[in-house]
Amino acid sequence: MAEEAGGALEFDPMDQFIIKPLFGGETISWYTPTNATLWMALAVLAAVLLLVVGTRGRAIIPTRTQSVAELAYGFVYKMVEDVTGKDGLKYFPLIMTLFVFIVFSNLLGLLPMSFTTTSHIAVTAVLGFGVFIFVTVLGFVKNGTGFLSLFWVSSAPLALRPILAVIELVSYFVRPVSHSIRLAGNLMAGHAVLKVFAGFAQVALVAPIAILGVVAIYALEVLVAIIQAYVFTILTCVYLKDALHPHH
Amino acid sequence: MEGDIAQLGQFIGAGIAGLGAGVAALGVGNVAGNFLAGALRNPSAAASQTATLFIGIAFAEALGIFAFLVALLLMFAV
Repeated sequence: MAEEAGGALEFDPMDQFIIKPLFGGETISWYTPTNATLWMALAVLAAVLLLVVGTRGRAIIPTRTQSVAELAYGFVYKMVEDVTGKDGLKYFPLIMTLFVFIVFSNLLGLLPMSFTTTSHIAVTAVLGFGVFIFVTVLGFVKNGTGFLSLFWVSSAPLALRPILAVIELVSYFVRPVSHSIRLAGNLMAGHAVLKVFAGFAQVALVAPIAILGVVAIYALEVLVAIIQAYVFTILTCVYLKDALHPHH
Repeated sequence: MEGDIAQLGQFIGAGIAGLGAGVAALGVGNVAGNFLAGALRNPSAAASQTATLFIGIAFAEALGIFAFLVALLLMFAV
């Protein structure tokens, strides 16, 4: 620790989140292929490999790849059915797409030297606000103005209802914010902690403990990667349920 | 010592806002602990309630995220 007190760490734990153009150069325009583009494309490629190529055989007795794909499909299908109900199953493709994209972005981000696309609020905010706008439009299309009864808690005493309506309205509009920052924040914080522990490993005295710590945190990060994808999709299901059945 | 008093307040405020994340941890622990207590009393009902568990954790965690957001805003946006 003594060496570190004097100078800074050899590398900055936040360096891993810098967006760089793939083919050199300095300026980044909207069309420049960057490392974020690369890893997002790889996440899509991995999803295609698992779900399209992996299930190509359509075997009665599935191969290992096919049974992983079937497990993922069945898991998300049951989640949509449990949380949203039967009429939510029409939106299962959307939920499955979100889950698979997020889980592969998170897991590919765990590879050494890789880039975690979902650690950027810019990426998760698009997903979060996309879900928010979709769900709000769907609520009005399905229920008309009856969707507003979501904010009018009919089980509460009449005098309390206007106050509750304001609270419900505020909590409705912060949904996309918490929805997107939860994912980005968890991923970013976890990966930064990983790099901080890797930085401690430069000091010979604490290196064994630091390396054990990196291993333990890496295992935790695998868990977090899957759980955060699950939480993101289950919250999407909850919001979808509110849009389909707004009555309290 | 350079910098001005406003920046000092910004950094102290960001640090205090960070405490909110710790308080959210109490909330998440409360949700998970009570779920475990209930699940041990009636293990057969536990499997059907894991979705509720994660929704509860997510809502408790959301308030910690707002504290984190305030810290971020103080550090980079104000």
